[in-house]
Amino acid sequence: MAASAEVLSQAFTLGYTYTRSTGPIVGQFLTSLRNRKMVGIKASDGKVLMPPVEFDPVSAAALTEFVDLPDSGVVKTWCWVSHPRKAHPSDKPFAWAMIQLDGADTPMLHWVDAGEEVAMSTGMRVKVRWAEETKGLMGDVNGFVPDAMALLGDLKPNDATDTITGMEAPIYLTYNFTAGKATAQYLHSIKKGQLVGQRCPNCRNVYIPPRGSCAACGVPTVEEVVLGNKATVESFTIVYIPIPGNPIKPPYVIANLVLDGANLSFLHLLSECKNEDVRIGMRVEAVWKPEEEWGYAMENIRYFKPIDEPDMAFSEIGKLIDEGK
Amino acid sequence: MRDVAIVAFAQSNCQRDAGAQNEVELIMPVLQEVYKQAGITNAQDVDFTCSGSCDYQQGAAFAFVAGVDALGAVPPIKESHVEMDAAWALYEAWLKIQMGHAESALLYGFGKSSPGELPIVLSQQLDPYYLAPLWVDSIAFAAMQARTMLDSGAITELDMAEVVARSRNNALSNPYAQLKSDGDAASLLDEPMYMSPLRRHDCCPISDGACAMIICTVEKAEEWGKPYAVIKGIDHRIETHHIGSRDLSRSVSTEIAGKAAGVASGPVDVAELYAPFSHQEIILKQALGLSDDTVINPSGGVLAGNVMMASGLSRVGEVAMRIIRGEAKRGVAHATSGPCLQQNLVTVLEAK
Repeated sequence: MAASAEVLSQAFTLGYTYTRSTGPIVGQFLTSLRNRKMVGIKASDGKVLMPPVEFDPVSAAALTEFVDLPDSGVVKTWCWVSHPRKAHPSDKPFAWAMIQLDGADTPMLHWVDAGEEVAMSTGMRVKVRWAEETKGLMGDVNGFVPDAMALLGDLKPNDATDTITGMEAPIYLTYNFTAGKATAQYLHSIKKGQLVGQRCPNCRNVYIPPRGSCAACGVPTVEEVVLGNKATVESFTIVYIPIPGNPIKPPYVIANLVLDGANLSFLHLLSECKNEDVRIGMRVEAVWKPEEEWGYAMENIRYFKPIDEPDMAFSEIGKLIDEGK
Repeated sequence: MRDVAIVAFAQSNCQRDAGAQNEVELIMPVLQEVYKQAGITNAQDVDFTCSGSCDYQQGAAFAFVAGVDALGAVPPIKESHVEMDAAWALYEAWLKIQMGHAESALLYGFGKSSPGELPIVLSQQLDPYYLAPLWVDSIAFAAMQARTMLDSGAITELDMAEVVARSRNNALSNPYAQLKSDGDAASLLDEPMYMSPLRRHDCCPISDGACAMIICTVEKAEEWGKPYAVIKGIDHRIETHHIGSRDLSRSVSTEIAGKAAGVASGPVDVAELYAPFSHQEIILKQALGLSDDTVINPSGGVLAGNVMMASGLSRVGEVAMRIIRGEAKRGVAHATSGPCLQQNLVTVLEAK
């Protein structure tokens, strides 16, 4: 995590690892692509739509009649990408284009490998460059190329005979997440081994981790409150299910803990106790990692452990308002 | 249809990177500002709250729920959210008032696009089988739309540059704008191509920010004793996701929405059009049948600052505030979503 005086940020990648079901129309189109064949679909008015859609864009009628199309056509419009992005299908400059295949009445989007921008023009003829291996995805078309370009690829046949009903469609998006102002202050404190919350100027409740607002009153929170290491179990669960990527071996206890002086719980682990002894109202204390391992994270606290103090009454947990000064 | 009053509007600065501000910290200042304008304390004082945002922009799951922390939702409030520009939150609240289910509503929109690669994030709103897997970005479709118009002779590159120059000139008097300058169109044409035929300035900037608005029945506005502008008509339409079936040189959905909202039933003094790309302002002006007498995008529009999920509601707010200040009697606000102006919302506003 990068830290400047105020701003804390961290790059992360979100993955949406979806498999999508295609339905019969898209599935048929992708099956044809896998066989290096183009198919459109006949619309209510007899026009041929490309790529095929399930329902007519105007009449909304279900469409069923596929039409074989050649793998060449005309560029209707295009733009030039001089600096491709990492996610783009080509790492050298290329054109996005709306290409109307011969016999189709609507253009489809794909990319054209024309080498340089001067080789592109509206109305130019292009043809499909099939991928050497096909999978039943839009990428089976390895871009279009100008008609005159000779294609020398070694096209491996695809022997699959099943009709495609699903497709892998993983999506990965990378972000640089920035902690909010209140969160950043909280993380700077925890890096120094201190738990610091914020007090609502209105209802006087203390929140940790703070969010910069009182969710109940809808007002900004500014006043900082240094809290100690002792807490009370507000609720808990014993986890028996192994969670992928989680190094902790089940069964273990996760608890909602309310720090002394705070009014809202947070989640943390409970350890150094028998799982079956854990109960609501139990008094616990933070066990910190060695100082040299402290970072900008709640994991600076390894877990909470029971302490020898009488249980707190359920009605009092998180309800005590310490007026502060 | 019953008239609905806009009594308050506030917007944050359009910033390229809001840095260490989370959604709550972005929203809260504009909420406090509209509460002050309307003379109320918090969201408890209105009947309904609706917001517009999209978690994909900042890559934070349930950021739209976290945003509720700004409201003061104890005891519980009636609250809703659209994964769209907050202009559509206005539409939902307007319907609630039409149905008699609310007399007043708080609306807000926020967007933090800086953490991600926005054009690539937006590529994933497209058809998940045919388009998203190619990662074709939002700028590419706009660029192909512009070329369609240039090829047909409907517009010239100078026409596009003139839109940009006027936008940046107008933005000089807009304290919230991100891009402003006193340059002229001819010098913009000297700039290199970005995604040909678009130059960088033909594209809206990426901005972080928020806006908020309070609407209510006219009776309620009179009771509160606040000045207001009146929503006389509002309508939204969407075009097919099969982009090859669309006529990209027109905005058919804006034409229909403009008619339904009653744009043509009086003179239009001012119009704020959500045109993220310069040529789209020309398409929209045509689709709404606006004459040269209408002042278009006096704020500079979104070419001067584009907070995705808030800028549509801000178009409405910009027109409303001009009417409230007495600078205009009748105006049109437009919001858009999707590639090449796929979905469009048109609002007609008048002085009380």
